[in-house]
Amino acid sequence: MTERPASALPITIRAMTKTYGRVHALDQVDLDIRSGEFLTLLGPSGSGKTTLLMVLAGFTRPDSGSLKFGDTEVIRMPPHRRDLGMVFQNYALFPHMTVAGNIAYPLRLRGIGRAEREARVVRALETVQLGGYGGRRIDQLSGGQRQRVALARAIVFEPRILLMDEPLSALDKKLRDRMQIELRHLHEQLGMTTVYVTHDQREALTMSDRIAVIDHGRLMQLGAPREIYDRPANRFVADFIGESAFLPVRRKGAEILCAGRPLATESPAPEGEKLLAILRPERLQLLDGSVPPEINAFPATVSELVYQGDSFLMAARLEDGTELTLRDVVRRDTFAELPGPGSAVTLGLHARDTVLIPDDGAGAAP
Amino acid sequence: MRWLNRPASETQVTHGQRLWLYILSGVIMVWLVAPTLIVVPMSFSDSQYLEFPPEIWSTRWYDHYFGSEEWMAATVTSLTAALLTMCLATPLGVLAAYGLHASQLRAGRLIFVALITPMMVPLILVAIGAFYVYVKLQILYTMLGLVMAHTVLALPLVLIVTAAGLKSFDMNQEMAARSLGASRARAFFTVTLPQIRFSVITAALLAFLTSFDEVVVAMFISGGDNATLTRNMFNALRDQIDPTIASISTIMIAITSGLMVLAQLFGKPREGG
Repeated sequence: MTERPASALPITIRAMTKTYGRVHALDQVDLDIRSGEFLTLLGPSGSGKTTLLMVLAGFTRPDSGSLKFGDTEVIRMPPHRRDLGMVFQNYALFPHMTVAGNIAYPLRLRGIGRAEREARVVRALETVQLGGYGGRRIDQLSGGQRQRVALARAIVFEPRILLMDEPLSALDKKLRDRMQIELRHLHEQLGMTTVYVTHDQREALTMSDRIAVIDHGRLMQLGAPREIYDRPANRFVADFIGESAFLPVRRKGAEILCAGRPLATESPAPEGEKLLAILRPERLQLLDGSVPPEINAFPATVSELVYQGDSFLMAARLEDGTELTLRDVVRRDTFAELPGPGSAVTLGLHARDTVLIPDDGAGAAP
Repeated sequence: MRWLNRPASETQVTHGQRLWLYILSGVIMVWLVAPTLIVVPMSFSDSQYLEFPPEIWSTRWYDHYFGSEEWMAATVTSLTAALLTMCLATPLGVLAAYGLHASQLRAGRLIFVALITPMMVPLILVAIGAFYVYVKLQILYTMLGLVMAHTVLALPLVLIVTAAGLKSFDMNQEMAARSLGASRARAFFTVTLPQIRFSVITAALLAFLTSFDEVVVAMFISGGDNATLTRNMFNALRDQIDPTIASISTIMIAITSGLMVLAQLFGKPREGG
């Protein structure tokens, strides 16, 4: 426990709007970021997530809206007064300074004396597990090390808000996976309000306390990772996070009917007559024989079976033509016994995994 | 001549096949330095006239130059004008280059072209134009007028050199500096400028040389107490041809090459920088 900030700050965003020509980069966004939480802005490229981060940092001036850090309105405050740490996608380290020089930079700007500066640089380097690297030149560091230096530089002055713009996107997969866990630990240790931008849903699910899914400048859903994944609010979220097939269903009285048969669900269905059931590959199971009442059964024909080492994928077609996939773990010797293409199978989905969303007619997956 | 058949590079081209290239390069190099090679010996001649090669060697024309009040005054004028031009054109050009780079204005290219027009307009037109304007403004034959005109000529060079330097600079770094607490100006001076300093130093030296070497504009708008060295040299060449000019040229070559060496020493980023 080295660099605990005095307190974290909540961020309040109200009616934030930014247009570029006719494109709404941000469209009336309201968002409350809790003090000390790790919030991820998740969305495809061009969704407005980076614009929102740049508004928070002060580099983009919105057309309208309000932004508060704690109780202070900061919408007109220049970036250098906002006192927030920021980690850039390409790190933006200063190549004309050493590692220590980079990390000392924000301390120097704050007029902190040499002795304390040096002590804090050493501590920050230890926090990001780069002890002893202070004298190195930036071009002597690997991608992962640069990432850590950028992080150390952003936290060394103990900002109460930390912004990160796809900081791991330049790293290879293994390093990325490790850094995700490390960033998560670091956040727990430092406790500052963290806003993280990514287009990688797995990264968002791994790291966040809450995820704000953004598309076309609008907030599509805000919630904890499990909420977002298990209870997507709409087709976009269901489609963008995880894989899913969509099965059209209808409400008839109190029942939800799928191809004439009632569908068992545990959560209440949303408004509207036309709905979609979300079928996630890993939530589907192969049924043999009897069907318990809490399982929804879907007769299907196998169209393809793919071996993927630790798991297998089975693509199947329902009677109404809906294509869906099932993924399961490959256990020893079981793969050879699986029904091959052309076989008739029954796929099961537990009632608690049967999630319904409104059919907003958004059409096929992008 | 086994050497001729040896490969000159990784691509199996032999030195023999490259022979024409070596000869051409040699001729061009001789052509480039020939004037210098002739002027320098001429300056050390004892003769009353310019002669090459000199029959008797002497430094009398250097003595004449350093002993002449008129030549010394012109030298001071030239050096002063060059220094002031450098001090004026460098910040202006760097500011313009930075502004155009950072603003991403759509009209930026247009402004860029407008700023480098002094390079494209024939020098003689700049000189005539400046002359008439200066007569009206009553700053003909003044240091102010000379420096202003030379700044106009030096600005495009500073702009181009600095803009090229900024192209390879990652503006995200400036954003990072600002997010860390630096005002825009502070970010520029602590992060941007140190990284484009090699371009800026080169630009400053070029600005100095632009003014120091300039003769056409100086012919029109410098004179009296503020006549430049180049202007006086031109006049001297017309009136009486004596080797003083060669010795002054030699000194100018020394100054110019000295600055170029400085530019090479300080104007070159370390590897990886």
